[in-house]
Amino acid sequence: MDRLSHATAVTLHVNGVPRDLVVDHRTTVLDALREHLDLTGAKKGCDHGQCGACTVLVGGRRMNSCLLLAVAQDGAEITTIEGLSEGGRLHPVQEAFLERDAFQCGYCTPGQICSAVGALEEMASGWPSAVTDPDRATDRDAEIRERMSGNICRCGAYVNIVAAVGDAGRHESPTAAAGRRAGQTAAAGTHAGQAADEPGEASR
Amino acid sequence: MNPPKGAARQHTDTRTSAPVRLEGRDKVTGTARYAAEYAPDGRVYAWPIPATIARGKIVAIDCGQALAEPGAIAVLTHENAPRLGETGDRTLAVLQTPGIAHRGQYVALAVAETLEAARATAAAVRVEYAPERHQVLPRPDHPDSHVLEEADDEAPEGWQRGDVEGAYAAAEIRIDAVYRIPALHNHPMEPHAATALWADGQLVVHDSSQGAGWVRQTLSELFGMDRDRITVVSEHVGGGFGSKGTTRPHAVLAAMAARHVGRPVTLALPRNQLAAVVGYRAATEQRLRIGAAADGRISALAHEVVSYHSTIGDFVEQAAKPARSMYASPHSRTSHRVGPLDVPPPSWMRAPGECSGMFALESAMDELAVACGIDPIELRIRNEPDRDPASGLPFSSRHLVECLREGARRFGWTPGPRRPGSRTEGGLLIGTGVAASTYSADVEPSEAEAHADASGNIRILLNATDIGTGARTILAQIAAEALDVPLDRVRIEIGSSDLPYAPIAGGSTGAASWGWAVHKAATALAAQLADRNIPLSEAGLRMAVNTEADVAARSAEYARRSFGAQFAEVQVDRDTGETRLRRLLGVFAAGRILNARTARSQFVGAMTMGASMALLEHSTMDPAFGDHPERDLASYHVAVSADVPDIQAYWIEEEDPHLNPLGVKGIGEIGIVGTAAAVANAVYDATGVRVRTLPVRVESLLPNLGAR
Repeated sequence: MDRLSHATAVTLHVNGVPRDLVVDHRTTVLDALREHLDLTGAKKGCDHGQCGACTVLVGGRRMNSCLLLAVAQDGAEITTIEGLSEGGRLHPVQEAFLERDAFQCGYCTPGQICSAVGALEEMASGWPSAVTDPDRATDRDAEIRERMSGNICRCGAYVNIVAAVGDAGRHESPTAAAGRRAGQTAAAGTHAGQAADEPGEASR
Repeated sequence: MNPPKGAARQHTDTRTSAPVRLEGRDKVTGTARYAAEYAPDGRVYAWPIPATIARGKIVAIDCGQALAEPGAIAVLTHENAPRLGETGDRTLAVLQTPGIAHRGQYVALAVAETLEAARATAAAVRVEYAPERHQVLPRPDHPDSHVLEEADDEAPEGWQRGDVEGAYAAAEIRIDAVYRIPALHNHPMEPHAATALWADGQLVVHDSSQGAGWVRQTLSELFGMDRDRITVVSEHVGGGFGSKGTTRPHAVLAAMAARHVGRPVTLALPRNQLAAVVGYRAATEQRLRIGAAADGRISALAHEVVSYHSTIGDFVEQAAKPARSMYASPHSRTSHRVGPLDVPPPSWMRAPGECSGMFALESAMDELAVACGIDPIELRIRNEPDRDPASGLPFSSRHLVECLREGARRFGWTPGPRRPGSRTEGGLLIGTGVAASTYSADVEPSEAEAHADASGNIRILLNATDIGTGARTILAQIAAEALDVPLDRVRIEIGSSDLPYAPIAGGSTGAASWGWAVHKAATALAAQLADRNIPLSEAGLRMAVNTEADVAARSAEYARRSFGAQFAEVQVDRDTGETRLRRLLGVFAAGRILNARTARSQFVGAMTMGASMALLEHSTMDPAFGDHPERDLASYHVAVSADVPDIQAYWIEEEDPHLNPLGVKGIGEIGIVGTAAAVANAVYDATGVRVRTLPVRVESLLPNLGAR
């Protein structure tokens, strides 16, 4: 690292663990995870925010980690696919992806799952999407399809992904969801009332 | 051995009892490692530099500024890169000469301590070119354009039976139409990547490949080494769709760089470079002429394709081939006119040949049904051959008619002539379409080993590749069934060239080829185990088999193909011309289905890619720069969740004793064949507008819809 002329010390809180790094200012969060912390679950599909394979949760919200510079995320709370399961117990979204065969090659899968966790949270919090019609009952599948459209799956597992996200949403305990939401008020509160489709977020 | 008609069972619910993918847990927890995710000690990074001209040569390369970048280690060019041996694949002769055969071809490779430094080093390399005039657009009058002779039996004037011109001229009904498909890009989600390491005279490469054995073979030729000094590992592969079927330049570059700098090197290609160096489906212009009687019976069928190959590759999209086997037509002709262009080399993309050709043929069949005023399903049934029209051999099994009938029933097909524009919902025009599917059911020789240990655990070893198909899972199932043990007793090891030889994951041959070898090894092991009354020793028992003789002994008296029928429903907005897919339904006759869960994913996934081809995917050729401008996933659109509504796949319970001991045909490709035609035919039914150029776009529809 001493040969690099532009580097800064940062702390990223990854899956609940503070990780001190000296990062090249050009290093994205995605590359920091993959190349510096050996957390290769987040995938590099395009490196341009076009595919969603690198989606992680930052402060509880889904983000394309290839569009975030690590130096700008000092102190951030980052959850990656590796942090979703607890002590060998899969997250409900991971369980549902397995059961529904919601993947083939598996390369977009960590991003799909992190994106789904974020999307379910957004739906539970009442954030509207582009297809939300306040005058009509929610079409849950249409909501999931819309909200998951920032994550490309070239194997074409979308039908199963939508089913899996639907299953996970139904099975998720309301208390657990509420608990997680309470822990994220600070992060989510600043965005209350905004549509979920914003640059830097895993949606198209 | 035909099953009862309409024997398809419902397989729409993903919650089946079929086993879950064996590596599924690794994939959903992010612990499955792909080629760029191995980090041997001292590993450094490479970044390639593509040519910015389409034809000519390098005059000078200035690496001074690049090597002054912090972290820079080396820049490989044709002047200092290791010399490579010859292979049959000229795209792999990277950094060997100053010549440029296409834009995007690699001219240099930067190596640096970090990924960021490698990218900066690459950006600082200055290349000076002497450009020559390039030719990148297909020209049938090109002096080198010729009727392809390699396209199985195609003579200089094409492949022919009977007198097609005479029969066509005499036909009561004549269809003559030209269909166009743009270049299409594979874009697997994992960009091509390799991590290479030299140690003690051995080369180890983790490669994102559909066949580690193929890669090892080419690396041994390129580096002049014995194969046993090379190990290629492709344990988890993030999709390929043909683009990882052959060795690709990234693997060669990574190995060269690792040798040059004496450290392990990872090279992961940037997404926007893939279109130039990993192959793609070449654009085709396809003329279909069909002559028929008033009742729809075909007397003449001519399918003539104009396409191209690159100056450093001979691959041709053999789009007209399926037309030889689909329908009974006494007079028939196919031809492929191609010429070399200064374009990035086209190559395999899912169902090469069939996918392109069946869009044209099945669209033309729909046009014929309209011209004859009969139901398009009935038209196909009337032209059903009693044996393969191409070879004259009986089909080992066909069942296309069963697929059409079963699909019609499940889809709710309204029989009778099409009545375009007859169904509306407000400002939406609704239409339905049908098309047939077909793909070859081939098999390749393979080896496999089966081991049993003293505690009754089974190990299956062969160099198969699971690129997302579920190969691991079905191979373990085959072994468990043959040995009559629970699936969790079977450990399967695939994805390394150190394992027994197996062919690549391609051409829908994996299940048949690998499965046959695993079945043979496991069956032999079971027989050995049954013969013994004493417990196994510590070393256990091992059976190694090769299916070369079995495959060669297969009867040559049958034509073997899979078939299917696809149905689409679309809505077209009369005011905006926007087409949205409402639903797709496919019924396939593809032999025995080994795992309902993963099989359904293969069919539905391929149909999804077909829908994407029909409505979204579009690459062009820039005549000035000589390359595809649509190089990333923002400019080259592929379907996302919002584009994909209800897609259902079913299959006929087909028993075919003439294939292989498992009765499987392979299912990786057939699902994309015919999808685009079904969608375009549905658009015609909705609007009365025949779209013969893919993708179906607003520009094609809007001028013809009429204002409300």
